[in-house]
Amino acid sequence: MTQSSTGRPRRLDDAFLTAGSSSFTEFLTAYRPELLPAGRRLPSGATIEAPHGTTIVSLLFEGGVVMAGDRRATMGNVIANRDMEKVFAADDYSVVGIAGTAGIAIELVRLYQVELEHYEKIEGAIMSLEGKANRLASMIRGNLALAMQGLTVVPTYAGFDLDSATGRIYSYDVTGGCYVEGGHHSTGSGSVFARGALKKLWRPGLEEQQAVSVAVEALYDAADDDSATGGPDLGRQIWPTVAVVDHSGARFVGQDVLQGHVERVVAARRDNPGGAR
Amino acid sequence: MSMPFYVPPEQVMKDRADFARKGIARGRSVVVVGYDRGIAFVAENPSRALHKVSEIYDRIAFAAVGRYNEFESLRVAGIRYADLRGYSYDRTDVTARALANTYAQTLGAVFTQESKPFEIEIVVAEVGADSDSDQIFRLTYDGSVADEQGFVAMGGASEVAEERLGTGWRPGMTLSEVLRLAVDVLGAGGNGERRDLDEAQLEVAVLDRDRPRRSFRRIGGPLLTRLLGEPREPRETTDVPAAALGSESPVAQADSAEDASPGASGPPTPPA
Repeated sequence: MTQSSTGRPRRLDDAFLTAGSSSFTEFLTAYRPELLPAGRRLPSGATIEAPHGTTIVSLLFEGGVVMAGDRRATMGNVIANRDMEKVFAADDYSVVGIAGTAGIAIELVRLYQVELEHYEKIEGAIMSLEGKANRLASMIRGNLALAMQGLTVVPTYAGFDLDSATGRIYSYDVTGGCYVEGGHHSTGSGSVFARGALKKLWRPGLEEQQAVSVAVEALYDAADDDSATGGPDLGRQIWPTVAVVDHSGARFVGQDVLQGHVERVVAARRDNPGGAR
Repeated sequence: MSMPFYVPPEQVMKDRADFARKGIARGRSVVVVGYDRGIAFVAENPSRALHKVSEIYDRIAFAAVGRYNEFESLRVAGIRYADLRGYSYDRTDVTARALANTYAQTLGAVFTQESKPFEIEIVVAEVGADSDSDQIFRLTYDGSVADEQGFVAMGGASEVAEERLGTGWRPGMTLSEVLRLAVDVLGAGGNGERRDLDEAQLEVAVLDRDRPRRSFRRIGGPLLTRLLGEPREPRETTDVPAAALGSESPVAQADSAEDASPGASGPPTPPA
């Protein structure tokens, strides 16, 4: 709604009434570009320090996909946040996990959630999983200028493909490249160690609870060797965020179930810190 | 050079209003009616793809009669308006009242300034925490807004329909009861003739109070048949569990697939 310059009554601006686009991001770009996550203007050459989110792991299981993220955000050597959420439901059938500059990443996820819902309401249909993955890629591409100044966002996207009835994982790079991952994927500062764990622990045809356990253990290994990744905090009862997507939709694993998985993993590592088996 | 004839502004407005009213009266009707657990929208609309009823936001829906291209552009504008507001403020800051005001300004401006007024009528409804806080706004082609209580009928023969709704409707009716009332109202012509509408000619949706977040659900298929076919019976057994409401949303479909409570899917109990 705008105040027109000619002093006529306030009415919906032409941008609202234009036909043809079902994309909220495109609407925002045309009408209120300053609200876009990439709408920030930084002086060239400058870099700033901001909280960073770290490790996300995702893996397929029989009939779906699991995504888990640790809870720590760091700023240099300081722990900026102990219980941050980095895995979000993007819509009814997919989740997105973020690594990188937390402020921009969370804004990007909010915009992405609106983008998917906006399309669904205008079109009266749900976007294909491939289409959703590509929308996210184009939003990451829009963030490239900020990424070059250190404000990087690298998400992982996972969803249940209703057409093929399987889970799928999409990974991204800072330029907006979008890649389908087979089996498992990890991103963020602890991803190297998490990937090592996933390689040894993941196998095709896992069951859901096994997959959740593998995700928790991979994050444990990431936190073991990466100072920016938070391990399970038994003192404060802070567990990783774990989301499961299958044919019935996206949901988050409950705290009590997670506690069971975490306690088992931690107990198994007593006197066996590397998890040799 | 010829002088244009002087036409008094009353005449201009009247001509425009007559023009818009005629356009609206040609279309089929839409009934919006409150029930105990939400607000129901019933339209006579044989098309499965071109909707007259639509979701705008979490608790807000839109219904319209008249020219499709005109109300479709307002529907899309309303979704953009609501999503923009929800994105830049918070989801709870999106209200039907603000949207109705914006629509009213737009309709009013088009009515006075454009060469042709919109030949449409709109309802913007928001479901509240209880039926007293439900809001139903009716907007007409000239931008006037009315805050309606309980029910609205728009489109061709809407006076007759409103009258029938006025006698048939009371607060606290169940979904099944209001749907049967709405179908009865839509099937009654202005000149006393009756038409029987079946499910294929109806577009039905609800704003379901008990659903968290997005409360809009379309109702069709077996569920609609069941709701329309239920005989009059005690309140408790006609209540449809929220999860049993059909929907375009896959999560709701999953919900309804799981739902096997006898209250919703069992055979209707005989009238008390």
